[in-house]
Amino acid sequence: MDAKAKVGIVLIAVVLAVLPFVLAHVGTAWVRITNLAILFCLLSLGLNIVVGFAGLLDLGYIAFYAVGAYCYALLASPHFGLHLPFWIILPIGAGVACLFGVLLGAPTLKLRGDYLAIVTLGFGEIVRVFLNNLSRPVNITNGPQGVTLIDPFKLDGFSFSKSETLLGLTFSGPIKYYYLLLLVLLVVIVINVRLQDSRVGRAWVAIREDETAAQAMGINTRNVKLLAFAMGASFGGIAGGMFAAMQGFISPESFVLVESIMVLAMVVLGGMGNIWGVIAGAVLLSFVPEILRYTVEPLQKAAFGRLIIEPEVIRMLLFGLALVLMMLFRPAGLFPSKTRRREFAAAEQQHVG
Amino acid sequence: MSLLDVKNLKVAYGGIVAVRGIDLEVAAGELVALIGANGAGKTTTLKALAGMLRPSGGSVHYDGASITHEPTHRLVRRGIALVPEGRGVFARLTVEENLGMGAYIRNDRQEVRADLERIYALFPRLKERRAQTAGTLSGGEQQMVAIGRAMMSRPKLLLLDEPSMGLAPLMVQKIFEVIASISAQGVTILLVEQNARLALQAAARGYVMESGAITLTDAASTLLESEQVRQAYLGE
Repeated sequence: MDAKAKVGIVLIAVVLAVLPFVLAHVGTAWVRITNLAILFCLLSLGLNIVVGFAGLLDLGYIAFYAVGAYCYALLASPHFGLHLPFWIILPIGAGVACLFGVLLGAPTLKLRGDYLAIVTLGFGEIVRVFLNNLSRPVNITNGPQGVTLIDPFKLDGFSFSKSETLLGLTFSGPIKYYYLLLLVLLVVIVINVRLQDSRVGRAWVAIREDETAAQAMGINTRNVKLLAFAMGASFGGIAGGMFAAMQGFISPESFVLVESIMVLAMVVLGGMGNIWGVIAGAVLLSFVPEILRYTVEPLQKAAFGRLIIEPEVIRMLLFGLALVLMMLFRPAGLFPSKTRRREFAAAEQQHVG
Repeated sequence: MSLLDVKNLKVAYGGIVAVRGIDLEVAAGELVALIGANGAGKTTTLKALAGMLRPSGGSVHYDGASITHEPTHRLVRRGIALVPEGRGVFARLTVEENLGMGAYIRNDRQEVRADLERIYALFPRLKERRAQTAGTLSGGEQQMVAIGRAMMSRPKLLLLDEPSMGLAPLMVQKIFEVIASISAQGVTILLVEQNARLALQAAARGYVMESGAITLTDAASTLLESEQVRQAYLGE
């Protein structure tokens, strides 16, 4: 690593370390928004394994997030009267999500493209519908009311929900979660980078490009595909557990189809298969809507004296505009991976020739 | 003893029987051609031998052991490499990445590196285009990639499915020269072809397949002279 890269890394680290205090100055809401953005980074990186690396279009990814979240909620809330520590539940959540990943992967091994998308979409909905209805005859998920009073992360006396002052700095709950999330994100990034350059990573590339040829290379396509589903699902499960702990309340409403599509949009916008692109996509799509929410109203009031277009409407308008612009100018994503870039370059050459 | 020994092999797609019990043998180091018209069951046979289709009957022995129900990825490790019909290169990967994928099962990096150079010596054209994506190559060059990639797994038995398909005559000649030189290196080859003349000229022995059954087998030179083959497959 050269000196320039080192300086860059130190700079990024300093900015990330100071960020929550600056944001807290603007409003604690922004720290929460940032935390959610990091959660979405985790989710996008998990989905990127399935969609970006292995090329399996998964439209029900949010189901794994839901499984992780409900695992945490049920094992650390008054609902069942269980209060296990988070460092036990998070791995359980990841494990159960992983199991669900294999459960989805196994019957869909022979499907690809649109057909796989339809089945995964159905899977996501099935999980949500189950969460909604598993309140009778035995109340497991508490149905649409969701699970409340979920424990925050606690370690001995140290709770992630309480404010603490250290060296004159106020560490509020969200700020503590911020650092924890950042740490988890870092670990997940490292795992992703390592995976990409590994044997399994190469096998995923081969499967994505041509499954029959991949088989002929001696790749056990079945196991490698299942592994992609399982790994992606476990990351989703971990993110879900952290989400439940941070929010303190979850209900099936948080795990609707639109969320799956949102995560997929983050992956595609940033650049499928490129870890840094995916993170950029997640950060962008998490922050821009929130920034709009906070700026559109005051801006209109200042300009016209009243609210003409609802922020929500503008958000959707801009979303559509962004979609069209992306398709026109950067169809491979903002920061496309090597192969994606080539694919679109090749398509262009063929047009000319 | 033969390297590949197929007895009464049957393959069916659902209810449709594509291969109706064929016997086939390939000795170590031999180049054997399997010729026949479109839809005779040649590709199906090859796919079954490569573990991509499950035989519905019969047995396949390779190197003394039964491989009748072995999946493809294990067969590759045993030294059977398939060059699929239509080439099946990784279109968005470069030539060199394609060849690298061929060595997926191997861990001996330095040897792989040396083999890569050997492949480049066999196909100088590929060395020139090593950084180009395989999808942008001509059909013949893609066939070279496909053959080179299969060779990267250091196979004992190479299964070639229609290597001449869709190629310009000059390129076909070039590909067959390469097949001959691979065979000369001691690799056993089972070659499926519609281009009967070329295949029989290159091979030592040949099998003629018709509607899922083997109708004729003999030394390649004898088949080239045979009235039946000349009329049906050589257009004479």
